[in-house]
Amino acid sequence: MSNQLQFYLLLSAALFCIGIFGLVSSRNAIRVLMSIELLLNAVNLNLMGFSNFLDPGAIKGQVFTVFVITVAAAEAAVGLAIILAIYRNRQTIDMEQFNLLKW
Amino acid sequence: MNLAEGVQSVSLIILSAMLISAALGVVLLSNIVYSAFLLGGVFICISGIYILLNADFVAAAQILIYVGAINVLILFAIMLVNKTEDFVAIPRRWIRSGSTALVCLGLFALLGTMVLITPWQISTTSPAVIENTMVALGKHFFSDFLLPFELASILLLIAMIGAIVLARRDFIPDISGKSELTSTALTLPERPRELTKSEK
Repeated sequence: MSNQLQFYLLLSAALFCIGIFGLVSSRNAIRVLMSIELLLNAVNLNLMGFSNFLDPGAIKGQVFTVFVITVAAAEAAVGLAIILAIYRNRQTIDMEQFNLLKW
Repeated sequence: MNLAEGVQSVSLIILSAMLISAALGVVLLSNIVYSAFLLGGVFICISGIYILLNADFVAAAQILIYVGAINVLILFAIMLVNKTEDFVAIPRRWIRSGSTALVCLGLFALLGTMVLITPWQISTTSPAVIENTMVALGKHFFSDFLLPFELASILLLIAMIGAIVLARRDFIPDISGKSELTSTALTLPERPRELTKSEK
């Protein structure tokens, strides 16, 4: 039983690390948003594992997962709108070209 | 969960392998459209893992919201910024990628050791004590999580208005003055940029 919880936690840790790698190293702005979705899904997997194995009576982890899904939907909508606006301004979606705030 | 232990373990291993490989494909593939479709695969795999974790409602919500809404939104964004541009090569880029991969592997090692050495206090009650998770979730939402529930609705409203305001086209006035497009009640006051350029 404990091994199974550890397997779920390791799985979500691997997903989180893949998401961070994509977040830092990708140059396409839409791929950065996809990586953020991967990060949020890793956190959700963590919450669900804890909810099932440590707190099966009152499933509060699932409640938190539903809230995280809600915030992820809002984040995706606003993030893609920002990418569209910046694409109209700069005519590119290369993350290396978004250096307006460079000092 | 009424499935046998062997079926659960085998499906968990298959789902995990598909999840990790699809996530690597999302990050590493060069074609962004393939990445978007593989992202849908990641979401579906995670939904299957939720079913293995006795959460049927959240699994359905995962497919509805992530695959049905967010993934389609990402595909629309890819279509709207449809421009196959060759990114300018940056010298010594492999140093950045390599150091990022190293940091991520270190983070995974840190998290893994933390997971493995922590003595988790596994609850002894069976997960099947709740036979209907939807009723239990509804009770949580309308009793002790009422304020976050209402705040989530306000957040969704704010995000919707903000996305509309950010993604709307700029107002471009008719410079030429001639209006071959007869303005009816259904005509938008905005013009696409290419139309006004070609009119000049």
